[in-house]
Amino acid sequence: MLDGKHGKATQKAMEIITTLGEIYGAEKLIPVSSVQIAGVSYHNLGEAGLEYLAEMAEDGRVRVLTTLNPAGMDLTEWKKHGIPEDFAKNQQRVVEAFARMGVITTCTCTPYLIGNLPHYGEHIAWAESSAVCFANSIIGARTNREGGPSALAAALTGRTAEYGLHLDENRNAQVRYIVEADLENTDDFGLLGKVIGDRTKKRVPYIVGIESATTEELKSLCASIATYGGLGIFHIEGITPNRTPIPEETETVTQEDLEQARDELDDRDAEIDFISIGCPHASIKEIVRVAELLKGKKIAEGKTVWITTARPTKDLAIKMGYYDIIEQAGAFLVSDACCAVAPLKGRFKGLMTDSAKACFYARGKNKFRTEIRTVEECIREATS
Amino acid sequence: MKLQGRRIFKGKATGEVLATSEDISFYGGCDPETGEIVEKNHPLEGQSVAGKVLVFPTGKGSTVGSYVLYALKKAGKAPLAIINRATDPVIAVGCIISEIPAVDQIDIDHLRTGQRVEVDADNGTVTILD
Repeated sequence: MLDGKHGKATQKAMEIITTLGEIYGAEKLIPVSSVQIAGVSYHNLGEAGLEYLAEMAEDGRVRVLTTLNPAGMDLTEWKKHGIPEDFAKNQQRVVEAFARMGVITTCTCTPYLIGNLPHYGEHIAWAESSAVCFANSIIGARTNREGGPSALAAALTGRTAEYGLHLDENRNAQVRYIVEADLENTDDFGLLGKVIGDRTKKRVPYIVGIESATTEELKSLCASIATYGGLGIFHIEGITPNRTPIPEETETVTQEDLEQARDELDDRDAEIDFISIGCPHASIKEIVRVAELLKGKKIAEGKTVWITTARPTKDLAIKMGYYDIIEQAGAFLVSDACCAVAPLKGRFKGLMTDSAKACFYARGKNKFRTEIRTVEECIREATS
Repeated sequence: MKLQGRRIFKGKATGEVLATSEDISFYGGCDPETGEIVEKNHPLEGQSVAGKVLVFPTGKGSTVGSYVLYALKKAGKAPLAIINRATDPVIAVGCIISEIPAVDQIDIDHLRTGQRVEVDADNGTVTILD
């Protein structure tokens, strides 16, 4: 592949893979069975990123199952969500370039919910920090925290360099966290991710004291711990499947720690005009719950509600009638996109969400004020 | 004086050094159209990386930074070459996709803004010419 026999795109991709391998002292390249690519929103890519993708699409074809991260808009219903026409055109060009390479263009941060689901021990190359954390920690697959171009390179070659989280020794826990706080909903798990992420300084956590958690709560924890801690893996006693020595160094997470994290994400003077559920993308179970809460209600004037999810999940919600319930209430069931990567800057003042990760990007990128609440409280705010 | 390092991406370049002891985030920290460093309070704030042999410890920030180097190359505003103490993946990938010669494992304390140097990335060397 390096000598160009398989075309220019593959050659460039192989240069990326081997160079990263050299930098990190990898001994060999290994096959990957699944890829998740980030850097899909035109908002982040810009014209240069698009140009690069178009160049790679001239003769590059993916060799393994490859899915995409969220784009900057719902690919079909963008107009009614107020996305400008020129942005939509450029976003379509991005998705088309990926499609030419054979990428499955479901734009979602939860590929594991819609058919890109690796199994325990499988080597994969995923970008999207929350999905990386979910794949490594909850599933027990093996991936580094890839960037957009390096994930694409893995897709075009079917290979990655064997370093980092592909190796046993880098997956072991380093600090034990005893959770003494009550964790009841997705927002609590997001707050726990922030507390540990802020504190752990890239050391792999071994979390004890969580008796049970839903898939939705775990995806919230993964997103938050990756956002605030830059982590690619953690362990929860009794819940996650990876073997690890139990570290001696121990810290405690108390109810006060959790409340302090909530305080930090709550802007006192927030004027909430935007409510978003689905960071990471909502599962069908979450959509059913939101539909139940919204049934027969109306979104209050001056408020906009985005429930964000993957296209296959939205299609399922349409078939089951949940889409109609949500949209009749005046909320939007938005697929392919999310409140972090859509071009929303300047459109809203304050975001209420159940996601600690969404708070981070709403503040940093969009300059919104934020409040983190349960899904029930978010919907109550939306309809009052 | 000749410094020995490691090739990150191939190529040769001779030019003037622009050096900083602070890490650089290209995404958000460098204007992709002009090459100007725009990160607040960065020692190079207001200076352009275009046509320079850019010397900095390592990269930081979003992986989208790789695409910013590509944008700079397309705009004719890319650095001639990049020299790092330890190249991070964002910069490495950026140099590969933009074909910017790059070396790392260089003791960058020897390099000062304004010096003329010859970068031979193929052999991983940097030669100070004056």
